[in-house]
Amino acid sequence: MIKVSGLTKDYGSRRAINNLNFDCQQGEIVGFLGPNGAGKTTTMRILTGYMPPSDGEALVAGYDVVEESLEVRKRVGYLPETVPLYHDMVVFDYLKYMGELRHIPNVDDRVEEALDMVGLINRSDGYIGNLSKGMKQRVGLAQALLHRPEVLILDEPTIGLDPGQVVEVRELIRSIGKERTVLLSTHLLNEAQNLCDRVLIINKGKIVAEDTTENLQARLLGAERVVVRVRGEADELASSIKTVKGVRKVETLDDGGVEFEFASGKDLRPEVARQVIGDGYDLLELRPLGMSLEEIFLELTGNEGKK
Amino acid sequence: MKNIWTIAKREYDNYFNGPLAYVVMLAILLPMGIYFSLILFYTGQQAMFGGGGAPDVQPINGLFIFLMVFLSPALTMRLLSDEARMGTLELLLTAPVRDSELVIGKWLGAMLFVMFILLITLVYPLVLNNFVDPGIDWLVVISSYIGLILVCGTMLAIGVGVSAIFSNQFASFFVTLGIIFFLYFMIGLPAGLLPQSGEVFNYLSLQNPYDQMNAGTMTLGGIVYYLSLISLGLFAGTTAIEIRRWR
Repeated sequence: MIKVSGLTKDYGSRRAINNLNFDCQQGEIVGFLGPNGAGKTTTMRILTGYMPPSDGEALVAGYDVVEESLEVRKRVGYLPETVPLYHDMVVFDYLKYMGELRHIPNVDDRVEEALDMVGLINRSDGYIGNLSKGMKQRVGLAQALLHRPEVLILDEPTIGLDPGQVVEVRELIRSIGKERTVLLSTHLLNEAQNLCDRVLIINKGKIVAEDTTENLQARLLGAERVVVRVRGEADELASSIKTVKGVRKVETLDDGGVEFEFASGKDLRPEVARQVIGDGYDLLELRPLGMSLEEIFLELTGNEGKK
Repeated sequence: MKNIWTIAKREYDNYFNGPLAYVVMLAILLPMGIYFSLILFYTGQQAMFGGGGAPDVQPINGLFIFLMVFLSPALTMRLLSDEARMGTLELLLTAPVRDSELVIGKWLGAMLFVMFILLITLVYPLVLNNFVDPGIDWLVVISSYIGLILVCGTMLAIGVGVSAIFSNQFASFFVTLGIIFFLYFMIGLPAGLLPQSGEVFNYLSLQNPYDQMNAGTMTLGGIVYYLSLISLGLFAGTTAIEIRRWR
């Protein structure tokens, strides 16, 4: 549904995104994570046809975002980060206006449907300027859903919502994501973890990690990397551990420990423990190196991610 | 075409959502009404003493255009500048709407509002027609109103073009005012100073072709000039939006 190859965008001399490559399939919710200024919004704006890239290509629903921008825009629902709205308009009129621009048939019914989906049907006759921040966010979401888009691009969709609304909106995104493609950016790592099938981590305009949430969960559970400490020499211990079938990337640590990896899905800690004890070592520690998504994020994005 | 109409309709309605429409209508219709009453009064006075000619709509419509020099920037200053400032331009530029449709729609919305005011001002020739025997020359009125529509369309197109460039509506207002003021009052000045080669400046003036139309003389050159400026303003606006995308 979304295919990005070699996507690059320069603002003057500053390169906002650099040679991005990724794709998103139908029925997939993809999280776009990164610190401020990493290039998330720029990428999303290119995918929505708002701006062209400096280089590279992006296809959305099979259409080129530059050459067939209008076709792309027909098929994309977009919620910008700032949720721009006409504050002097009534909610219903605003959505009807956006619906008319998209040539939606029976636009009144569709507006009511979208308002119902975001739980704002009882505020349809109120002025947007009088709504709370969370309600405005939901009006923006209704606008993005109005034309039942094939691809939904959401920039920080739950920001400003209260916890109850966050749950509702996530549930809504989850249900939409079953049939359509959703690309959402978020600073909330637990949101990415709970909601997204796959996560793209972007930093300084480059994708630094791309994985399914299952694999990230695997790292969270610590089933991949383990550190071992024994009473004795680390080099000899490393040699001993290497003999266990399935173990890979065995490294000695400065503090005398040994770190090793094994393929996720099969926990080799019992075998390693038996091997180490069988070789006569006094086992002091066998600790999984669990990484939270936050840790992965910070490690991949450096100091900027700590903001 | 449907998008242009949708945007125009929203802009037209939006004028009446705030005080701007009423302020502009008051600023135009009040001086025109006073001026019209004075014309009727003095013409009546002169007729009682057997002098003067029949009143016509020329001076009233001339006043309309004079006022529009200063009011049209107010009507256009927020059209695209405000969309950029509020961020709603992002919504419109990610909707399946061509940049040209957006700009033309905004211009048409402002035009509809001006046409609405022009419709109200039709009361003056209608009233005048009752006072003058055997009635006023309606061909002159039609020519004058076509001129009004063309000059207002030109001013609004310049305003929309400028509004697409600036995110600050006050910058948009003053730049538009400067351009219109220059084209209406100043560009024709060298014509008087340079008798040989200065005539070309008369052709570039916004005022001169209208003065002819207001007097009942429609010139093809004048119509083409106004239509060219309208196209140029709308083209400049569309280009400014496209440049925004590339920035």
